[in-house]
Amino acid sequence: MKGTYAISGYCLIRGNKVIRDEKLLFTGKGGSFSDFALENYRHFSVSYPKFHKMDNLGKLGFLSAEILLKDRNLTGKYPGEKVGIILSNCSSSLDTDRNHQKTIASRSNYFPSPAVFVYTLPNVVIGEICIKHKFFGEGNFFVMEKFNPSFIVDYITQLFDNDIFDCCITGWTEIDGNNFESVLFLIEKSTKTETGIANFGTAAIESIFNRK
Amino acid sequence: MRDVYISADNIITPVGFTTGENAAAILAGKTGIQLIDDEKMSPVPFYASLVDSKVLNNRFSLFDNPANYTRFEQMAICSVKDALSKTDIVLTGERTLFILSTTKGNIDLLEKDPESKRLYLWDTAHLLQKYFSFRNEPLVISDACISGVQAVITGARLIRAGLYDTCVINGTDIISEFVLSGFNSFKSLSTGPCRPFDKTRDGLSLGEGSGTIILTSYSSAGDSRKIIAGEGFSTNDANHISGPSRTGEGLFIAIDRTLKKNPFNIDFISAHGTATPYNDEMESIAITRAGLQEVPVNSFKGYWGHTLGAAGVIESIMSIYSIRNSILFSTLGFREPGVSNPLNILNTSVKKEINNCLKIASGFGGCNAAIMFYGK
Repeated sequence: MKGTYAISGYCLIRGNKVIRDEKLLFTGKGGSFSDFALENYRHFSVSYPKFHKMDNLGKLGFLSAEILLKDRNLTGKYPGEKVGIILSNCSSSLDTDRNHQKTIASRSNYFPSPAVFVYTLPNVVIGEICIKHKFFGEGNFFVMEKFNPSFIVDYITQLFDNDIFDCCITGWTEIDGNNFESVLFLIEKSTKTETGIANFGTAAIESIFNRK
Repeated sequence: MRDVYISADNIITPVGFTTGENAAAILAGKTGIQLIDDEKMSPVPFYASLVDSKVLNNRFSLFDNPANYTRFEQMAICSVKDALSKTDIVLTGERTLFILSTTKGNIDLLEKDPESKRLYLWDTAHLLQKYFSFRNEPLVISDACISGVQAVITGARLIRAGLYDTCVINGTDIISEFVLSGFNSFKSLSTGPCRPFDKTRDGLSLGEGSGTIILTSYSSAGDSRKIIAGEGFSTNDANHISGPSRTGEGLFIAIDRTLKKNPFNIDFISAHGTATPYNDEMESIAITRAGLQEVPVNSFKGYWGHTLGAAGVIESIMSIYSIRNSILFSTLGFREPGVSNPLNILNTSVKKEINNCLKIASGFGGCNAAIMFYGK
């Protein structure tokens, strides 16, 4: 490992709760994901009309990134091409795949739509975050049964070591029906004492990920 | 930092079940794309390059029972098996990682068996991992149409960083009603076999394929022409989720960063070249911005169609074949220049000594990727 990298912040969404950097910021009413997403959109004063066109995976990832990056001014701190986004989940885009399938299930009621189909790819959520924040850097989407902290830490460390990016948003954004969870981390080239929560490493990522 | 070598490979498409068969078919000008009128797949006839299920079944039944595996799995297993037969490297140890590149995996099961666990891409990857007794938890990369290039970039990085010594990378996608209906709703399917970079191009032709590439940290003694997978980059346009940037921003950055890391005079470019009006135009802009407008460019889409998650893998393999065998392949379907920044599009296959290739790709979500392959 060439440098020292730090977890400057995180946003954890699980069980209707939203935690940012150790603080509980919001608790949803416990309705559907769509209700929860809209409650968050209002609570965090997000104003972005494109949000309403996104699929559920897009909304979950986008909101997590909005909450994570709020008041951090990453765009002022780094050139866009040096900010990367490396995400993972279990169900890929199956949540939206099922919706697209409904549009083609019957020949007498056949209505496939580009607005749905475009979201049948998990990496589109990376595109949504990049468009909002003008990030042009490395993007990759991994599909795995369970979040794999040691792989993510190994992979991202070597990308930092090789100057692929100076700053990275990474983590897990998963939705399958009304089961959803998202844990995004902001990783930067610095040490714990300068900014943030912990030095970047498997134990720290794992411990934050498993927070209730 | 250590080098990453290409050790063995395979390509399965309608025109061949090995890399060599595919190269011969391309040289003979054969295409897998044909008009298909199948009410089960689409209410309207369409052009696509589909692997014949009977041929696939017959091939597969030579070594296993096809009834136990889906079409997707049969194609991927045939491809990995052929690539493994071409190397002596032991791949069942803990220093080997299996990577699956796919956009949709077994998505055709969504209609027949919507609760199937096999719909989960990681489950499909596990099945393949177990089939070949690879030891580590496999990795699935799903980055739309750059998946294959991204998988090669990622595998090469993991080896360079010393995290693994060998990566077996398979890229596979099948074409089902799911995918056809989606591309059709975008009005991005061609009215005839696709025509990359041509003036009359009007869309892409979808294709089925599977490709396997084995990357290793050491070169095998018998390899007369050692080919290296150099560093590559992926980027985002930060512009639109379903349309490429008008300035080619993301692709330009990916190419520019790749050229800075691999300072060669580029011998040829294997373009994404889907034959949609926007993609090819955007590529011409990005290639020109990078100062590569004189470099010979080809697209393989006229032979194989757009094979989605397989595309970056099989097109990389055929580009490596170009370097090994001193041959540049033509762009089937191209006749008259049809992009605003003129490129040097290969319209006949030519014998030529070449030492390197830049492979590029772009996809939905605004993603772009570039990687360099070169001889040593």
